[in-house]
Amino acid sequence: MATRLKESPAAREREAVTVRFAGDSGDGMQLTGGQFTLSTALAGSDLATFPDFPAEIRAPQGTTFGVSAFQINFGSDAIETAGDAPDILVAMNPAGLKVNLEALKPGGLIIADAGEFGARNLKKAGYEANPLEDDSLKDYQLVAFDISALTLESVKEFGLGNKEALRSKNMWTLGLVLWMFDRDRQPIIDWLNTKFAKKPELALSNAAALNAGHAYGETAEMQQGLGRYHVGAAEVEPGLYRTVTGGESLSLGLVAGASLVDLPLFFGSYPITPASPLLHTLARLKEFGVTTFQAEDEIAAICAAIGASYAGQLGVTSSSGPGIALKGEAMGLAVMTELPLIIVNSQRGGPSTGLPTKTEQSDLYQALYGRNGDAPMPILATRSPVDCFEVAIEACRIATQYMTPVMILTDGYIANAAEPWAVPEMSDFTAHPVTHYEGETVSPYKRDEKLARVWIRPGTPGLMHRIGGIEKNYETGNIDYGADNHQKMTDTRQNKVLGVADSIPDQGFELGGPDDDMVVVGWGSTFGPIHQAVKKTRKAGRNVAHLHIRHIWPMPKNLGPLLKGFEKILVPEMNTGQLKTVLRDQFLVDAKPLNKVSGQPFKIAEIEAAIGGI
Amino acid sequence: MNDMTPTKLKPNDFATDQEVRWCPGCGDYAILKGVQRTMAEMGARPENTVFISGIGCSSRFPYYMETYGFHTIHGRAPALATGVKLANPDLDVWIITGDGDGLSIGGNHMLHLLRRNLDCQVLLFNNEIYGLTKGQYSPTSRIGTRSPSTPYGSVDAPAEPCTFALGAGARFLARCIDTAQKQMPDILKRAHAHQGASFVELYQNCIVYNDDVFEPFTNKKDSANTQIWLTHGEPMLFAKGEKGLKLNRDDLHLEIVDVVDGDWEAAGVLAHDEKNRTLAQMLVEMRHPTMPVALGVIYCDPKPSFEQDVVTQNAKESAGKVVDLGALIRKGQTWEVNQKKLREQ
Ligand code: SF4
Repeated sequence: MATRLKESPAAREREAVTVRFAGDSGDGMQLTGGQFTLSTALAGSDLATFPDFPAEIRAPQGTTFGVSAFQINFGSDAIETAGDAPDILVAMNPAGLKVNLEALKPGGLIIADAGEFGARNLKKAGYEANPLEDDSLKDYQLVAFDISALTLESVKEFGLGNKEALRSKNMWTLGLVLWMFDRDRQPIIDWLNTKFAKKPELALSNAAALNAGHAYGETAEMQQGLGRYHVGAAEVEPGLYRTVTGGESLSLGLVAGASLVDLPLFFGSYPITPASPLLHTLARLKEFGVTTFQAEDEIAAICAAIGASYAGQLGVTSSSGPGIALKGEAMGLAVMTELPLIIVNSQRGGPSTGLPTKTEQSDLYQALYGRNGDAPMPILATRSPVDCFEVAIEACRIATQYMTPVMILTDGYIANAAEPWAVPEMSDFTAHPVTHYEGETVSPYKRDEKLARVWIRPGTPGLMHRIGGIEKNYETGNIDYGADNHQKMTDTRQNKVLGVADSIPDQGFELGGPDDDMVVVGWGSTFGPIHQAVKKTRKAGRNVAHLHIRHIWPMPKNLGPLLKGFEKILVPEMNTGQLKTVLRDQFLVDAKPLNKVSGQPFKIAEIEAAIGGI
Repeated sequence: MNDMTPTKLKPNDFATDQEVRWCPGCGDYAILKGVQRTMAEMGARPENTVFISGIGCSSRFPYYMETYGFHTIHGRAPALATGVKLANPDLDVWIITGDGDGLSIGGNHMLHLLRRNLDCQVLLFNNEIYGLTKGQYSPTSRIGTRSPSTPYGSVDAPAEPCTFALGAGARFLARCIDTAQKQMPDILKRAHAHQGASFVELYQNCIVYNDDVFEPFTNKKDSANTQIWLTHGEPMLFAKGEKGLKLNRDDLHLEIVDVVDGDWEAAGVLAHDEKNRTLAQMLVEMRHPTMPVALGVIYCDPKPSFEQDVVTQNAKESAGKVVDLGALIRKGQTWEVNQKKLREQ
């Protein structure tokens, strides 16, 4: 075998490769993708992933709407998106091929499990003829073999039932792909051993499938011309790295943020896609002073969080658009009673139930304007899985320093996507410990220079007071319906939130600067494609800058003057133009929209084209 | 005697300087008085006491109590109280709600508060009407209630608060009348002493929109025959001891029997057993005028409370674990990059 390997053509050198695994939602594609991600990270490449799964938990097998896919883009240069078009499509069944073929690069490689391309599955996917056998795939490189049969063969010695044995198909396939990229199998085998610690026979059989798939690479190379690739390690800052999803990073950021303000964290939530991973992660972190509460509904979740803040902890609630809508009235209560609170919105396609598992940025208006009355609230947006960590810490700071609810906008893509994270040192973050007020009798609305009111915990002797949703007197905190008082309180609440701008950094540029003629302004998870598109356009000689807003409200003080200096402003968003409208409103600038609401992230090429178009 | 408070507080010490804004003659005044008296008699610590309300006439209550108070939003007091108790189980939490607030818009939260058994007192002021919004019928209004929204009479069946609470899993049920000042402090003290969610229904007269709706059984003149005040272990007697409640074993319901010469045992009268859930069910369903209305502590069968179980579990799962944020964020499979090479932008 070794000699043969030497005879084979040298591995093709690639700067970056995009692989998409697609199969039935029961085929374990997310798991395969996750393990391949780990292996890629360990190989030192930079990477970005895009899990794309159906809303149905177990959609009927073999159907196109039951297709679950996982895309990973990795390379030796900085990777910021999951890749526009895959170079390689691994199709575990006809439906997986059908749904994902369109995205594949012209001339791209298809690896298909021929064993699943029987009459029944072809019919379910809507194929009249077998695409592996007719000429329809002639523009691609096709490598098809019976992965199902090969998997069964590889685990035969373990005496598993047919169904159980076929479950290892994904590990067999992963083995083959590991071979293609010359990856070490040991970390995956370690992971299998941990995962199946209680069922060692499954760890062994899955490892056998993985090894068999890996070994098969050479046979496929000989018989079908399957190639090997070499993708170098990325040139990154030194340090300790791990992969992290947005859900994990946000959870860790909340725990870290609560610790930096020296408060126990209370997390009230109601299950909703794609926000639930936060609840799942935090529920396991009790030793960090975290209490999680799965409430009876979205409203109870936020109200309990407000109650916890009232009692002196840091209340956090989380949901997605529809749930955030339900929390609206309670958010107003937190604004009115001026209690710290963090509301996380993992945005998804809307309106209504919309596209629960697809991504969108269409809740910006809701965050800014979606409450009755003048109810201003600081809003932060995360740009990537890693960024969630810092954003969460910043939200904890603002909420407690300014006695205000703060909303974090993230999205389904960020929540589920993974990327390598240079793990920071906690000592690099500034602590802002909270001290609850104790002492002389004061009005509950006594304010500091930032206009933040005192935070008095029930249980403190001598400071009994009443708060609530009814307007209160500026001085005494008693009910007051007076005209002048309401004006003053409304102004105060407004000015307090606007004053947060004094504590945030100036808006900087991701690429380019004020001397360019055009700026592309983004927020949230469009960071990757915008950054790459601007980078490419700049290489082509165009004077275009990239600016990405974290502090959606209040905006950095220099943002207006900066934007006014540009001839052209392009705002790509996965909505119908919400930030664009806010920028026009705030700064009277001619911001041009680029909108996409297909449930899929922007492609770099789409943004490049738009930059070229104006 | 009271060791908790150095100086014994009087009912008035629990009153704020705020002008009370209920309609003159509203039953809420009497309840406020009863609660302030109870606080003083119990030696409650104002700083440790929190009154949490929703929206409605009754929900103004916290503003009149010299304790901590939170006037929240419509129906959500139980949810907010849950957060307060989970964050600080040492606080003594009282929820003030009404029939609309607690059983209509906030019915879901009430259900879950009771089934979870959060340690708190729920005082539901039932006046069978929406007062603050000017007199629409409520979920406890009887069929045929004429109101601005039901000019020809309501047609939907009402909810019975105690039946709802029992169904939701409440482990403490009591009933009282706004004007029953003699009994109210004892009932509230029992509610307070109960570990877990204590549900107290208070029949409250809305003099403006639903005056005298409870009068047929609350008027003093007939009260001996229309009310039965329950005491654990004591025979269930009323009408000055001349009548009692007996279990009809043929079709399992409570029936009225005459008691001759005080011999209730001979008459087959049952003693009240507040731990008996089935009995509680039958008692709360007794309706005037065919039966006397059951008042006092109807059901009390404590179990560990929600927030205590949460605290216990948090402590158990945290025990022995290293609390190191740095280690936490480094968890999982990591790799080290040693050489610094500049990334081209
Ligand atoms: S409307 Fe009725 S319940 Fe409300 S304050 Fe007036 S009398 Fe009392």
